[in-house]
Amino acid sequence: MLDRMKVYFFETGQMSLFGWRFIKEFLLPPYELKELLRQCYLIGNKSLGLVGATGFIMGIVLTLQTRPTLVEFGAESWIPSMVGIAIVREIGPVLTALICAGKIGSGIGAELASMKVTEQIDAMEVSGTNPFKYLVITRVTACIIMLPVLVVFSDIISLSGSALVEFLKGKVTFQLYISNVFTYLQFSDLIPSITKAFFFGFAIGIVGCYKGFTSKKGTEGVGRTANSAVVISSMLVFVLDFIAVLITDIFYDL
Amino acid sequence: MKPGVTIDFNKPVIEIEDLWKSFGTNHVLKGFNLTLHQGENIAVMGKSGSGKSVLIKCIIGLLTIDKGKLTVLGRSVPEINHKELDELRTDVGFQFQGSALYDSMTVRENLEFPLRRHREKLKGIPVNDLVVESLENVGLAHAVDMMPEELSGGMKKRVALARTLIMRPKIILYDEPTSGLDPVTGKEISLLINEIQERFQTAAIVITHDLGCAKITSDRMIILHDGINYTESTYSELNQSTDEPVKAFFT
Repeated sequence: MLDRMKVYFFETGQMSLFGWRFIKEFLLPPYELKELLRQCYLIGNKSLGLVGATGFIMGIVLTLQTRPTLVEFGAESWIPSMVGIAIVREIGPVLTALICAGKIGSGIGAELASMKVTEQIDAMEVSGTNPFKYLVITRVTACIIMLPVLVVFSDIISLSGSALVEFLKGKVTFQLYISNVFTYLQFSDLIPSITKAFFFGFAIGIVGCYKGFTSKKGTEGVGRTANSAVVISSMLVFVLDFIAVLITDIFYDL
Repeated sequence: MKPGVTIDFNKPVIEIEDLWKSFGTNHVLKGFNLTLHQGENIAVMGKSGSGKSVLIKCIIGLLTIDKGKLTVLGRSVPEINHKELDELRTDVGFQFQGSALYDSMTVRENLEFPLRRHREKLKGIPVNDLVVESLENVGLAHAVDMMPEELSGGMKKRVALARTLIMRPKIILYDEPTSGLDPVTGKEISLLINEIQERFQTAAIVITHDLGCAKITSDRMIILHDGINYTESTYSELNQSTDEPVKAFFT
């Protein structure tokens, strides 16, 4: 038990140092812009389908589930604003981050672990390229940039799904639905949501890269790395979300 | 000495004295010594886990040594900073055991990769010319736009060698260049190592388990046993040895 605790704290410390190294080296040259753009494309564009599909379903499900209760109380007109706030403040960022933790976090972890096993990272170092700059900084930065974009995209698709249900069941037009959503949804609701997404992106990128960079046990380790990258980054998403909600709550109280 | 090869015994390019390297309580190298001369190929043989790959990773600076003297092209590897080490690495090529080609890049991009940071060394020569020339040197000019997954094991080794050659190194470190290859392809790679030595006058350390490769490529052989250079001589002399640890490699 004591040994496991020691390993846990050691790992947490190492991961924090890894994150700190990213912060320190982030602005230092050389800049790998081409690789950063490639990673943005891979992380952003290739996640659009999955994020869009889950967002759309979530919008539909949320509206269908809340509708009967609100109809019973005669509060049908509250559905757009309620669903809008729930999606933008909470469900959109967390759902998108969890999907990205699964898809991007595991992908980065497995890719880097495989590169380590096949000595590609050593080959990079031998050829005079800093692997941390080329592999880690580009991937984590791409996650930080693309997560908020994906969250906004997911929010829009979720609201579209919700609007579709309202159109079919409540005969509410799309324009009226959007107008209702923005009656209650403030710009200040978007700021914590986007800020959260930046931190989610950072956590997913750092965990994936750290796990890949420190992968052991050959090819067997690649699978383990992908698995633990998903588990740890998903857990971190919830922890960060909890902290973000606490901080946001303080601001709402002011 | 092999025909067409000139070894300058007055010009050591790698000097190792009393090199020690441990991983925890596992003492891998325990006072290893070696001198590699300009234009010379040395084959290092030893059991699995005897520290052969550790040795060349120390030479290229991928691993730090615990104790001893390690000089490459007149520069003490443990004492130079990261920038100097990067510069030194442009003169020392490293051929990885599994080729270590970047999976996500084409052959051309793999070859261009080392030039990104060290273009000044070959300033004035168009990148495309360098890529084509390097691939022609290993007989794979037609593979320039292929992906690593489309290449056979032997082709991967050749492309990795082309990637090493593109920087025009003075020393090449080969980590098991024929491992995982059939005897015919293995022999082709061994002959290619000799061809490179002859054409570019490079010095090389060839880490190998393959007796055929050692026989073809080596001007001198070292048996690494129990963390030290147990014995060293030419292939033919070691082949006649009656010493048990040496005989074990040749029977």
